[in-house]
Amino acid sequence: MTDFDYGIIWNNLPFLLEGLQVTFLLTILSVVGGIILGTVLALVRIAKIPVASWFAAAYVNFFRSLPLILVIFWLYFLVPLLLGRPVGSFYSVLVAFVLFEAAYYSEIIRAGISSVRSGQIAAGRAIGLTYPQTMRYIVLPQAFKAMVPVLLTQAIILFQDTSLVYVVGLKDFLVSAELIANRDQRLVEMFVFVAIVYFSICFAGSLLARRLQKRLET
Amino acid sequence: MNYNWDWGILFREPYFDWLLTGLGWTVMLSLCAWVIAFLLGSILGIMRTSTSGTLRFIGTTYVEIFRNIPLLVQLFLWFFVFPELLPEDAGRWVKREMPLPALSTAIFAIGLYTASRVCEQVRSGIEALGVGQRNAGRAIGLTEKQIYIYILLPNAYRIIIPPLTSEFLTIFKNSSLALTIGVVELTAMTRQIEEYTFQGFEAFTAATVIYSVVTFAVMFFMRLVEKGSRVPGMISVG
Repeated sequence: MTDFDYGIIWNNLPFLLEGLQVTFLLTILSVVGGIILGTVLALVRIAKIPVASWFAAAYVNFFRSLPLILVIFWLYFLVPLLLGRPVGSFYSVLVAFVLFEAAYYSEIIRAGISSVRSGQIAAGRAIGLTYPQTMRYIVLPQAFKAMVPVLLTQAIILFQDTSLVYVVGLKDFLVSAELIANRDQRLVEMFVFVAIVYFSICFAGSLLARRLQKRLET
Repeated sequence: MNYNWDWGILFREPYFDWLLTGLGWTVMLSLCAWVIAFLLGSILGIMRTSTSGTLRFIGTTYVEIFRNIPLLVQLFLWFFVFPELLPEDAGRWVKREMPLPALSTAIFAIGLYTASRVCEQVRSGIEALGVGQRNAGRAIGLTEKQIYIYILLPNAYRIIIPPLTSEFLTIFKNSSLALTIGVVELTAMTRQIEEYTFQGFEAFTAATVIYSVVTFAVMFFMRLVEKGSRVPGMISVG
């Protein structure tokens, strides 16, 4: 093995940080989009609206049966075709992540809503709130409070999943590191560095999730 | 939208063959990786529930490391970095002389990664049984090893069939990551068809249908297995 060269990381730090920014931006936007769409899917599914609820369930099961890479390829191919003009890979990848992660978030949120006791809904209806109002002001706030640790865990998984944008060459953290690795023939240093950075962030996140979970249980 | 439909492309030579070959590699990769994940995951799950502090520590460390690094990065570490760290001869063997280097690396990488997830399922299965069964085993004079083999594991496996099924399906989906190091599995094949024919719609639809059908078939089959092997009085965990 050749000597480990720390300089390569130090010299390219600005470029790597730019990549890390893309990774974070993609993660944050996907989490927000995924939670919004996931909440809508969960609410529609729980409300038992004839065709819509079936569609929400089918959506979730369908996306959960597909590999994320395939969904990324799909949208990378479809989005420019539908818009009739080329768009940056960032946007097509973002759409892919939101659509895909919404299926997983929807299941988490559905479980969260089910964990709120049904008496709460009855109580809301009894004081004259409509069903949507009961959901909006009584059930969802409690459900989300209980779900924070699980939502965070899912965000960590999503953060790791964003590395798959590699397949369409979007310059995220991994792709930036890989470009340097190949240019300077320093694969060992770059990939070990990438692994350490991902590990530190995800490990810190999962410790936080665990602590939040404990606080909820006491 | 301007697009020339041609569904026939999927059944024309050589594309139909490509899809079948791709599916073949995907299934092969998934099954082999599952064997590693299941065996190693079970051993790690035993370690994490054992009475020895050292074993528990090793199990926990393994899980934390493999769970907190993206699978794609792990794949690159095994494929590009690992051979460099070995002595020269061994490194060359792993890189070139080993049969099907990319496929074998993908199997190991995905297997080792999923083992950390299987470990957590096995652990939760064993913990769901409570201490009563372990103590009962000790009371009738079984050794720790016998307690695991005859009491804890058989019962734990039966209650974690649903989460294990979803772990297997995760492997099935994650096997698509192997395309990044050059394994031409199902997703890679459809991408290739798109590049050759520009019929992306048809190609990706084919892959979508195949993945969904296999997933739902596995789920249906495992639900039957689960029904037949349910432990009376226990609700499945996970």
